[in-house]
Amino acid sequence: MFARAILLSVALLLFAVQAHAGPRIQTWETSNGAKVMFVEAPAIPMLDIRLVFNAGSARDGSLPGLALMTNMLLNDGAGDLSADQLAEGFESLGAQFGTSSLRDMAIVTLRTLSDDEVQRQSLALLQQVLTSPTFAGDEIERRRLQMQVALEKQKESPSATAKINFFRMLYGDHPYAHDPGGNEQSIEAMTREDIVAFFKRYYVASNTVIALVGAIDRKRAEEIAEELTRDMPAGEKAPSLPKVALSEKGEELAVNFPSSQTHIYMGQPVMARGDEDFFPLYVGNHMLGGSGLVSMLSEQVRENRGLAYSVYSYFSQMQNKGPFVFNAQTRTDRAHETLAVIRQTLEGFMKDGPDEDRLTAARKNITGSFPLQTSSNANIVEYIAMMGFYDYPLDYLDTFIDKVNAVTAEDIRDAFRRRVNPDAFLVVTVGKKDT
Amino acid sequence: MIRKALWFALLLLAAGSTAASEVHEFMLDNGMKVLVKEDHRAPIAVSQVWYKVGASYEPRGLTGVSHVLEHMMFKGTKNLGPNEFSQIIAENGGKENAFTGRDYTAYFQTLASDRLPVAFELEADRMENLLLDEKEFQKERQVVIEERRMRTDDKPTAMTYEQFNATAYRVLPYRNPVIGWRSDLENLELEDLSDWYSRFYAPNNALLVVVGDVDPDEIHAMARETFGKVKRREVYNIKPATEPEQRGLTRLQVKAPARKPYLIMGYKTPTITSAEVEWEPYALEIAAAVLDGGDSARLSRSLIRGNRIAASASAWYDSTTRLSGMMVFNGTPNEGKNVKDLEKALLSEIEKLKNEPIAAKELKRIITQTVASKVYELDSVYYQAMQIGLLETVGLDWQLADTIVDKLKAVTPEQVQAVAKKYFVPDNLTVAVLEPQSMGQDETTALNGNGGDADVR
Repeated sequence: MFARAILLSVALLLFAVQAHAGPRIQTWETSNGAKVMFVEAPAIPMLDIRLVFNAGSARDGSLPGLALMTNMLLNDGAGDLSADQLAEGFESLGAQFGTSSLRDMAIVTLRTLSDDEVQRQSLALLQQVLTSPTFAGDEIERRRLQMQVALEKQKESPSATAKINFFRMLYGDHPYAHDPGGNEQSIEAMTREDIVAFFKRYYVASNTVIALVGAIDRKRAEEIAEELTRDMPAGEKAPSLPKVALSEKGEELAVNFPSSQTHIYMGQPVMARGDEDFFPLYVGNHMLGGSGLVSMLSEQVRENRGLAYSVYSYFSQMQNKGPFVFNAQTRTDRAHETLAVIRQTLEGFMKDGPDEDRLTAARKNITGSFPLQTSSNANIVEYIAMMGFYDYPLDYLDTFIDKVNAVTAEDIRDAFRRRVNPDAFLVVTVGKKDT
Repeated sequence: MIRKALWFALLLLAAGSTAASEVHEFMLDNGMKVLVKEDHRAPIAVSQVWYKVGASYEPRGLTGVSHVLEHMMFKGTKNLGPNEFSQIIAENGGKENAFTGRDYTAYFQTLASDRLPVAFELEADRMENLLLDEKEFQKERQVVIEERRMRTDDKPTAMTYEQFNATAYRVLPYRNPVIGWRSDLENLELEDLSDWYSRFYAPNNALLVVVGDVDPDEIHAMARETFGKVKRREVYNIKPATEPEQRGLTRLQVKAPARKPYLIMGYKTPTITSAEVEWEPYALEIAAAVLDGGDSARLSRSLIRGNRIAASASAWYDSTTRLSGMMVFNGTPNEGKNVKDLEKALLSEIEKLKNEPIAAKELKRIITQTVASKVYELDSVYYQAMQIGLLETVGLDWQLADTIVDKLKAVTPEQVQAVAKKYFVPDNLTVAVLEPQSMGQDETTALNGNGGDADVR
């Protein structure tokens, strides 16, 4: 078979690929304590900036949705500029400004040409956004309506409904429990004072990571980071989040929903960022449900049985323990079977440990595709912002391949047995109820 | 319809020039075109094989066949078992997938550039050696039906869009969904797939696009060694299709379990391939950008921020489809507003486009954004390859990309007014409204965690 022959001949080339070094990351702090991550990328005359604040929905407190509201309002006017003028300011320069807000992170991004004048003007706009957002009353009212509509849209989606219930039940009283989009009551209740206070507390230099990738040198990167944070108070880092309480017993929630498919979310909280079991769990899950169409779950559920279009698992790592998640959706009358196949696949994997051939293939896939992960400025800026935010060592990318290659089948079996407990899984299904 | 990941709409306005690096063009003896673009920033490359076939090639009764065949292309050849293609690419550190659109079917791998020979051999193999197995087909049909449920049947806005297309286009095959109608999927037979494969999967109907850390002459040599060995075959010639003039406003409603109404409005328009007046498609691109080319464009400014009638609103036009198309508007009314308010507000923006010349400032912004986006596009090898493949498979030369910017720059405010007056008229309009139906009683209580009808066991 010719395909086998190809495999043998290219196996020899593997070492050449592995020798590729990752991007050279530089880091420092601005004079008022913001952490800067920088990679010089001179090939294209453009600059990407990504600011990450420890100001996601985990900081919402008693007002779910407050972090998202604050983050969205950064689009809606700053300094003397109205929302219209601000948007026009960026867009007439060809610059792309954006915001987003997750559980851990609140994010502000700018992509601009690195041409001196364009760069200077778009950075001046960004600087205003970061230090003097308007939070105008009528913009708050508009965003309030928009968030209410978004909640309604979530309710017509079986997958959103499943995910929201999964996090709600999995995290109970923990700040990860509620959806970043908030709820009807909290969106109605939040005031301008709440928003301004949130901004003042969390959008401060010492709670900020600034990642820059583009056609600028170190000196210019330092100037930009200083300029952006100049009028930002040093402030304080956000405090640690409370510990996630782990349940010992499993739970099931079935939500009746008028959809033709049943959506399945299953899992438990397992890993925070920097967890010492990361590599065996990551490589193990890559085989189990993290490698797309060649994963064990995809083989069992999709390829062998035609039960679902999409089935996967992943470890979400957050500041505190993020969930190990299994997700699939299938016609309602096959939901029980699908769930059983997923569970059997996991249990077989945990009992027998990974197959050596499969482990070798997984290592080759992860290490061979590693250069793809840092092949564009967009990839790199996201990567280094994440590394800065979660305090990864600077050599993380450089040592990644060796650490993946060092993982043995026994490491994986051991880590899964210690850290994953299928008996304690929460299972959320959303679909038409059995009658 | 992408096989795995979610496909995102490509704004062809933002596509275009490939001025920054040259595209090398080769033609193999069997009629397969090879286009190569160098990008040496990282030791990787993307390889895409495009076939000129997609949903718009499908006759009545066979809708969805292009997409099902795309799935079956992973199910084995004379040389490979089911799913082995994906396993080999994965072992070689590659990421791969495929997607089917209205006008094309494409297969891609992104991998370290020294692994390209593996991708080429595998793609050349399945270009002529596909094995269509009945058992694999039966399973894959189920997978595609699940895909359809997920993408359309259980998504009220997607369902509305499907019904909208089926109503607006009287004749063009764009009336059919790429994934196919449910009954066609159920009645599809293995023989339909093998017919489709032999009709369209030939080197002389395919295009190879490679962008990345490569040497164009080496790629040419490698392509000759692999794809070059696939025999030229006669390709089925499909009949031309034109949409007859619409003679009167058409309205439809779609009832589905949902929480919010949704509005779609579309005016039939020419595209570059079908235009009788050469500049019209470019004037339509400018019109779309004036309305929805960013947060400072008119729909955001007037409908979302200004009078707050819309929670979301967008305008969309693609000048680079194989057949003629539509300028489509869609949106969700804000809390306290209804679809009538939204329709009225959109129509008033459209009237404004007819009655007043667009401002020089707006035109300048659009050109600046377009020129900047040319630079940003260079950051993605995948996007660069997409651009080339898209233009080529709809019958436009990839070199057109270089001239699109100049064509847009040449558009005058009068021309934008002229296309608005000519095409944005009620007799040429189709309006679809999603009318939400009750979702049952418990879904809100379940969301809020009050229990309701939900079981906790």
